[in-house]
Amino acid sequence: MQSLLLAAEGGSASFPVLSALVILPVIGALTLLLLPNNRPENFKQLAFLFSSLVGAMAIWILTDFDTAHAADFQHQNSHTWIESLGISWHLGIDGISLWLVVLTAVIFPIAIIAIDAEHTPKAYYAWLLILEAGCMGVFLALDLFAFFVFFEIVLIPMYFLIGQWGHGERAYAATKFFIYTMFGSALMLVGILSLAFLNQAETGVLTFNLIELAESQAIATTTARWIFLSFALAFAVKVPLFPVHTWLPDAHTNAPTAGSVILAAVMLKLGTYGFLRFGVYLFPEAAVWFAPALVTLGTIGIIYGAIAATMQRDLKRLVAYSSVAHLGFIVIGTFALNTEGIEGGILQMVNHGLSTGALFLLVGWIYDRRHTREISELGGLQKPAPFFAGVFMVVMLSSIGLPGLNGFVGEFLTLIGAFAAHRWWAVVAASGVIIAALYLLWAYQRVFHGPAEGENATMKDLTFKEALIMAPFLFGIVFMGVYPKPVIERMEPAVEALIEHVEFHVEDFESPRPGHLGPVDDHGDDGAVSEEDDH
Amino acid sequence: MVEAVWLIPAFPLAGFVLLLLAGPKLGEPRSGWLATLAMGGSFASSVVVYIGLLGKDAHGDADNDRQFVQTLFEWVPAGDFNVDVGFLVDPLSVTMTLFITGVGALIHLYSIGYMHGDPKFSKFFLYLNLFAFSMLMLVLGDNMLLTFLGWEGVGACSYFLIAFWFTDEQNATAGKKAFVTNRIGDWGFMVAIFLTWTTVGSIQYVDIFDSAGGLPETTATAITILLLIGAAGKSAQIPLFVWLPDAMAGPTPVSALIHAATMVTSGVYLLTRMNGVIDVSAAWAPSTIAWIGAGTALIAATIAVAQNDIKKVLAYSTISQLGYMFLAIGTGAYVAAIFHMVTHAFFKALLFLGSGSVIHGMDNDQDMRHYGGLRKLMPITSITFIIGWLAIAGVPPFAGFWSKDEILAFAWEDNVGLWAVGLITAILTAFYMSRQVFMTFFGRYRFADVRTEELEELAAGKVAHAEAAVSEAEEGIGGAEEAVVKAQEKLEKAQEKLATREADMAAADESDEKAFDKATKNLDKARDGVDKAQTAADEATTAVEAARDAVRTAQAQVATVDAASMGSETIEFDLFSAPALGDIADEDLPDAARARREYHPHESPWQMTLPLVVLAGAAIVAGVMNLPFSSDLHFLDHWLEPTLVHPAHLTSGAGTKWALAAVAVIGGVVGITAAVAIYLQGRSPARKVELPLFARAWRYDESISNFMGGPGRKSFDLVAWFDATFIDGAVNGVGRLVRTGGGQLRRIQSGLVRSYAAMVAIGAVALIVWFLSRASF
Repeated sequence: MQSLLLAAEGGSASFPVLSALVILPVIGALTLLLLPNNRPENFKQLAFLFSSLVGAMAIWILTDFDTAHAADFQHQNSHTWIESLGISWHLGIDGISLWLVVLTAVIFPIAIIAIDAEHTPKAYYAWLLILEAGCMGVFLALDLFAFFVFFEIVLIPMYFLIGQWGHGERAYAATKFFIYTMFGSALMLVGILSLAFLNQAETGVLTFNLIELAESQAIATTTARWIFLSFALAFAVKVPLFPVHTWLPDAHTNAPTAGSVILAAVMLKLGTYGFLRFGVYLFPEAAVWFAPALVTLGTIGIIYGAIAATMQRDLKRLVAYSSVAHLGFIVIGTFALNTEGIEGGILQMVNHGLSTGALFLLVGWIYDRRHTREISELGGLQKPAPFFAGVFMVVMLSSIGLPGLNGFVGEFLTLIGAFAAHRWWAVVAASGVIIAALYLLWAYQRVFHGPAEGENATMKDLTFKEALIMAPFLFGIVFMGVYPKPVIERMEPAVEALIEHVEFHVEDFESPRPGHLGPVDDHGDDGAVSEEDDH
Repeated sequence: MVEAVWLIPAFPLAGFVLLLLAGPKLGEPRSGWLATLAMGGSFASSVVVYIGLLGKDAHGDADNDRQFVQTLFEWVPAGDFNVDVGFLVDPLSVTMTLFITGVGALIHLYSIGYMHGDPKFSKFFLYLNLFAFSMLMLVLGDNMLLTFLGWEGVGACSYFLIAFWFTDEQNATAGKKAFVTNRIGDWGFMVAIFLTWTTVGSIQYVDIFDSAGGLPETTATAITILLLIGAAGKSAQIPLFVWLPDAMAGPTPVSALIHAATMVTSGVYLLTRMNGVIDVSAAWAPSTIAWIGAGTALIAATIAVAQNDIKKVLAYSTISQLGYMFLAIGTGAYVAAIFHMVTHAFFKALLFLGSGSVIHGMDNDQDMRHYGGLRKLMPITSITFIIGWLAIAGVPPFAGFWSKDEILAFAWEDNVGLWAVGLITAILTAFYMSRQVFMTFFGRYRFADVRTEELEELAAGKVAHAEAAVSEAEEGIGGAEEAVVKAQEKLEKAQEKLATREADMAAADESDEKAFDKATKNLDKARDGVDKAQTAADEATTAVEAARDAVRTAQAQVATVDAASMGSETIEFDLFSAPALGDIADEDLPDAARARREYHPHESPWQMTLPLVVLAGAAIVAGVMNLPFSSDLHFLDHWLEPTLVHPAHLTSGAGTKWALAAVAVIGGVVGITAAVAIYLQGRSPARKVELPLFARAWRYDESISNFMGGPGRKSFDLVAWFDATFIDGAVNGVGRLVRTGGGQLRRIQSGLVRSYAAMVAIGAVALIVWFLSRASF
């Protein structure tokens, strides 16, 4: 009954487009498995076709998106799944998940087309498609159980991608990745079940429906904090937050290029998105209570990740550590718990996907050409490959947060949001931009500047196909830097509704906002207002 | 007419986009002309906007005010944080755009000549146009965030252009250093924006100007200090000035445009723009600005005294002049700061372009010790450079005199200490600039000289040669001594033989005539043998003596070479006479030294000299912008007044003002006279003023480098080590513990990917089957 009602509200009784986003890649994977092995090039084409279809659908959802009702879940699609347990197949999209869905839908076809499988292409592309389905599911699920299932499912394809198509210590990296994240989410399962049953004890209804649970807020404050903690641990590992981040450099360094791109662009966002949707929304009081601790960890991550990145000798590992720093910005923005911070956080999720995704692709192409990622063995590449260097430079500047490019807008909003909430942490976090310039420029200098010797002197420049693959990244990087308004205004109602939700359910909490000074008629009079400015 | 303001940045942006799309196709020189044309269009638009603004009333009502905001589109509308892309047209921004586009257009034109033949010709102009666009966004932006966009944009372009010739590791390092040092300042600017927004509720300049008066003093002070940090980075003030001298690695037009006339003045602009906030801050905040400015001015001037690179002198001079502007801002003399900024833009751009012309004509040599007497060889360059020199040295009626004089007058009224530092700096300025002019354009033509370092090399070669002779001679002694020993041995043997023969003789039977004869013969032979051996031994001994003599001679030779070359390791450079060649033959000289004699320094092409002439004209007359004689002549004062919360005015009487001006002129004369005595007449050796401490820039830069390379790097390494050992180590430790813990687990954790794979897959399938079985749809 409930589900029918929700479906009607969503107004998409016609075609379950969100379910299609999840199911279509699975169909693609199954089709791949049925294909004969004699035409290996077909695997890639087919995988690209299916992921492009998903991409096209996501773009359609974007154009169809009702900005005026961005706070509501649109295209809702709900079916009772396990009635006795109150579990349902319930998907929906709002202004927050919209951008992550679009990002996912765009990144996958690019990652599929950009780099060929090194071996056994059938399984490789099948796993990529399964991965896409899982990621889509996480961003769309409005049922806690379904969310958990998707959250866990994504581990499997990524585990195989690293373990079988990776480089170096791939078995070690894959195992570490799997056990680490599995451990994090094991507690979340306990949390989800506790929440559902405790909620049932209070309200008499057993449900895993996110919206119902979030609105009821029936369980005791202290209990909610413990349950939040179990969720937070799972998300912290996934983000990853300091100090549970060390699976990331290993996984990134040893993963195949497409794996690194997806890991950075999409999978890290599962954690930050989880914090927002299943942390702040579900446990507003606990989120407020834990916010200082999480902002602290985020700030440490920004500085710590940047310093660690500076000292890396492997280019891919350097980019991996830079992710720890970048994700720190998202966390401090999210737990600033104001519009600016959260919107900055969401923007930064997309921005990081664009810039770090593109960086991993470029590093992968360098590796294809030079068969090394050691910074010390590269050098002077700008001479033989000026176009490559130029593209790398733009992406790098986006990652550094140069105004006019996308990274700046998100980074700045998270910082200014955090400043309104936790002034000193933001001051410290802002210094992360200095170190970011240091490690990326230093890396750029060692890789692209200086004289080119040996094999470096003849490195191939960007091909036309590669330039075409880079084009959407570059477009996104420039567009979202110059005119982020269409992106921001589509998420704003949802973000403001979330903040109102928190303010409504948490006593004495007011989202940190700036003060307002009115115009002063007589400038500089000593008797001017002496309002206390400490927050 | 002011509505045309969007055209000002649109022109260079269009130039940038066109060059990005078609730059290499256009090639040389068309891409250069395109970029120059874009700047020309931008300048024309600025003039139009200026005339439009002139037509409005300085204190008119809202519609006819000299303050006009043009909003293009919403940039970052997030919650309470709303920032537009919009332009603020007011006297301050228009003043900035006029000289940025004007000087910028001239430097673009100049670059067509200067960059001739460079393989990346069109890329250079692409960066230049992008820079101009960013710089114009910086000054035209109607809010702090848009200024910040321009602020970081110019920083990025500066990085591109310093590292323009990137195959040289040194240029790449200089570019990176500039960017990172600037980012330290940017951090301050960024936090200043945060603080302004959280207290004022807006970061639009119009709002800040209107409501800054209501800021609590502590907040205003904090914002001021944060802005100062930002400004110190961009405008190369203590403690962040280290990047600017290194930035000279970029092509010279870049040094003129970015690192002298425009970008480095951004800090002065920002502080002036935010004067409303500085006005309500605690008194120590502006004082800090003033003292940082004064300190920077003095220190940089002392360093400039001992530099030999023509561009390094100008770099330190720029830092020093920017210090004057900060000094002015700290004393509340915003108009004086802007006045000096504009005159400085003219004469410093002129001096840099002049130095570029010299470098261009001197086969890319930047060492002033190799110049001299260029006055006749490069007439236009030298005359215009001399005008620039007179302007910066504070000689009336050239532009620099008026603006510097005004700053010193304000300093006098604020704090005598500040004035004294300013005056000493003025004397030093006159001195080092005269030194530069004399070393470059006057005196002896030194380019054809054999250079001291070449002589040092030759001398070192000679010494090595003589030393080789010594060791050869020493080997000779060894040989001779061996010969002596051998000869002695032979002699002994011969004497032994003689003894036996003598014994034979004695024993010989005299009756046996035959035997007796034989013995006698043998004896004679033996005697001969002894004689011969004796002679050989004597000869060998003489040979030893001769060898010893040879060693002595060789050693003496070494000593003479040592003495002749320089007595010490280095040859001291002498401005007035070519280094003595001594007995060095002409053909021993390196090819480069002989080639230089054939080199003819040349005047630069018209694209380069025309900008010099125009800028020289500006450097002569720019003082009329703000003449001190009567209130009617304070054009700039009146013009900028609406942009200042509290326009400052000098309160001293006319007598004091005249006295101050006289002292400043005398100071300039003292500096010039001292330089004449040392560098034209040679009455006193230069090393008395060119102290090593100055030459090494007070060892400040090296200390930072040492720190960054030493403890700084170690601490970073420590973090990386900590991460690998403790954070990751703990995780792996737990893993190992679990693995060794249970036998059951061990079998599962056999490390085989396949067994994991199977497990996970089975689990997943089981889960799905279970779900499907329970599913009710």
